[in-house]
Amino acid sequence: MLKKISTIPFRGTPEQAQRLQAVIETCKDDKSQLMHVMQEAQEIYGYLPYEVQVMIAEGMDIPLEKVYGVSTFYAQFSLSPKGETNISVCLGTACYVKGSQQILDKLSELLGIGAGECTPDGAFSLEACRCIGACGLAPVLTVNDEVYGKITEDDVAGILAKYRS
Amino acid sequence: METVNIKINGMPLSVPKGISILEAARFAGIEIPTLCYLKDMNEIGACRICMVEVKGARSLVTACVYPVNEGMEVFTNTERVRHSRKTTLELILSTHDKKCLSCVRSGNCELQALCKEFGVDDENAFAGETIHYDFDDSAAHMVRDNNKCILCRRCVAACDAQGISVIGANARGFDTHISSAFDKDLAEVSCISCGQCIVNCPTGAIVEKDDTDKVLAAINDPDKFVIVNTAPSIRATLGEAFGMHIGTNVEGKMVAALRRLGFDRVFDTDFAADLTIMEEAHEFLDRVQNGGVLPMITSCSPGWIKYCEHYYPELIPHLSTCKSPQQMFGATMKTYYAQKMGMDPKDMVVVGVMPCTAKKFETKRPDQAASGYPDVDIAITTRELARMIESAGIFFKHLPDESFDIPFGESTGAATIFGTTGGVMEAALRTAVETLTGKELPSVDFKEVRGMKAIKEAEYDVDGTKIKVAVASGTKNAKVLLDKIKDGTADYQFIEIMGCPGGCINGGGQPIQHAVVRNFVDLKARRAAALYDADSKNKKRKSHENETIQKLYQEFLGEPGSHKAHEILHTSYVPRKKYN
Repeated sequence: MLKKISTIPFRGTPEQAQRLQAVIETCKDDKSQLMHVMQEAQEIYGYLPYEVQVMIAEGMDIPLEKVYGVSTFYAQFSLSPKGETNISVCLGTACYVKGSQQILDKLSELLGIGAGECTPDGAFSLEACRCIGACGLAPVLTVNDEVYGKITEDDVAGILAKYRS
Repeated sequence: METVNIKINGMPLSVPKGISILEAARFAGIEIPTLCYLKDMNEIGACRICMVEVKGARSLVTACVYPVNEGMEVFTNTERVRHSRKTTLELILSTHDKKCLSCVRSGNCELQALCKEFGVDDENAFAGETIHYDFDDSAAHMVRDNNKCILCRRCVAACDAQGISVIGANARGFDTHISSAFDKDLAEVSCISCGQCIVNCPTGAIVEKDDTDKVLAAINDPDKFVIVNTAPSIRATLGEAFGMHIGTNVEGKMVAALRRLGFDRVFDTDFAADLTIMEEAHEFLDRVQNGGVLPMITSCSPGWIKYCEHYYPELIPHLSTCKSPQQMFGATMKTYYAQKMGMDPKDMVVVGVMPCTAKKFETKRPDQAASGYPDVDIAITTRELARMIESAGIFFKHLPDESFDIPFGESTGAATIFGTTGGVMEAALRTAVETLTGKELPSVDFKEVRGMKAIKEAEYDVDGTKIKVAVASGTKNAKVLLDKIKDGTADYQFIEIMGCPGGCINGGGQPIQHAVVRNFVDLKARRAAALYDADSKNKKRKSHENETIQKLYQEFLGEPGSHKAHEILHTSYVPRKKYN
């Protein structure tokens, strides 16, 4: 799926940059470590925006386009930040047959963002995930670390309301 | 050399061990079709057109990357092979924007040629979902239309081979597309405009920005005095666009065609190449004698200049301040010639015919307007000129040979060889050495700087002064020399750099030769040979012997390197970022 590039301004801190630079320092002589550095960077920042990918490209001496190519190839890399509230809808087999796609669509409609995106105010992000091992509760979604099971399309607005400040 | 015995279509033959089936088949006189394959540059087996049958193999194999081994039996033209190739072509066509009637590559498209060859009679055999991509026409020199892209990645390989890598395959599966990082427009990234991606594209997905309408409009405007000038390498390549042999010098027919197109004056950029040598050799000697920044690096190639600005801005002081021949030509027209003709430079339109897409960018650079108007108004490529000639109904091959107009049609052999790697260096040495020693050279040939080697070095003893020079073409090769300058290990005084591998004869604006030619014919050397031949036949082979140049200095500029020469013929550069 085509990843949407976030337009939310980058809010990286000097501490985060320092942590990333430390990772790059240990990997910069081995270009095959690119994926590892990108995974670490995503750990640190939660996603891989332009500013972070430039740091990686310059630090590893790998053209930015190559870094971007990798970041758009693998599903694990995100170009959008996580919102303060991150909603993850399970599209695993059990949940899917129980209608989780409709739940994802409803959330998408209510939040105005697609899966893998973040609202412009940084409040909510939405993602689709594979089986989280709670098939007995299908369909399932998680909000941050909280699990909601056996939900219907009609429950969605109520769940969202709990997290709107 | 170790060899292996194989059979191709039942024919036994002995071939070098380790080569691919594709290369081995050529020994048997068989050409296996390819789309993505570029020898030594893009050997990825992605397009699946080169599939062949190998006895005992589980499935068809890709001939471009599959090595031959002892006893191998290959079949290149079976029913199964033909069916596979045809199906692959039909699948490629399912997402290809088939605007073949008006596509600029129609007739010279590798995909089109293969479809005809394999009898693809239903181009909609697998019609289905397609993705629409917007054109990227942000850059001054080219347009990318991903709707026509077949994802062969040859442009990516060409960009990587230049050490630029501003384009690549992004996303995956059906969404895969060629673009820049964060899908930014090409004008926003550090593309150097060399156009190597264009000459390597098999289809019409990447094309030069067409400026022929502007040229025709100027010609048709009775108030405009339109001057055309042709770069040194054009005479060695234009014929290819009309089916002539690679390396045919078509100078006479080219001049005749330009006259028939209606230009008011047909001049030669070679004149300005001679002028460049006067200024550049003077600048070089001045730097040597007065402790200037060395090594000095040539500045004729706008792709190279943009590379330096983006990737090595700290080395800008090493660049010669001389404008390129194209810009020197325009500047001379709109000052000296306008004055001589009693003409307002605003009524002049200077058109450059260039081997180069970066020349389009160059015309728009700052500090390139000696008369107050842009030195050059329009730069078109060899390909655009060929299209103009074709659409004007001119029988190019049957044209008589004509000569350039005077006075700016005069040039020396030194100028002609500007079009190939090492040529500017050799031309500069011919003038610099004679200026330094005050004696005539016993031989004007500096053969050490000739040839297609990526990096060439030579050292000359000029009356006790040692001059060490280096020549590189292709920006990836230039990088080697630039890194040496940066770490202080370069002991050269003078470096020539051309942005494209082989120099202008292999420029991004030159006639497109299919990959099979690029892979197996020494295109660069053949084109260059035409220029060295023209040089050797010229009675004058040193730029300072050009009488029009001598007159230009007497009547107008004074001396090489004079204040006036600086105002008109020199320029400045801007540091740019690699990532904005």
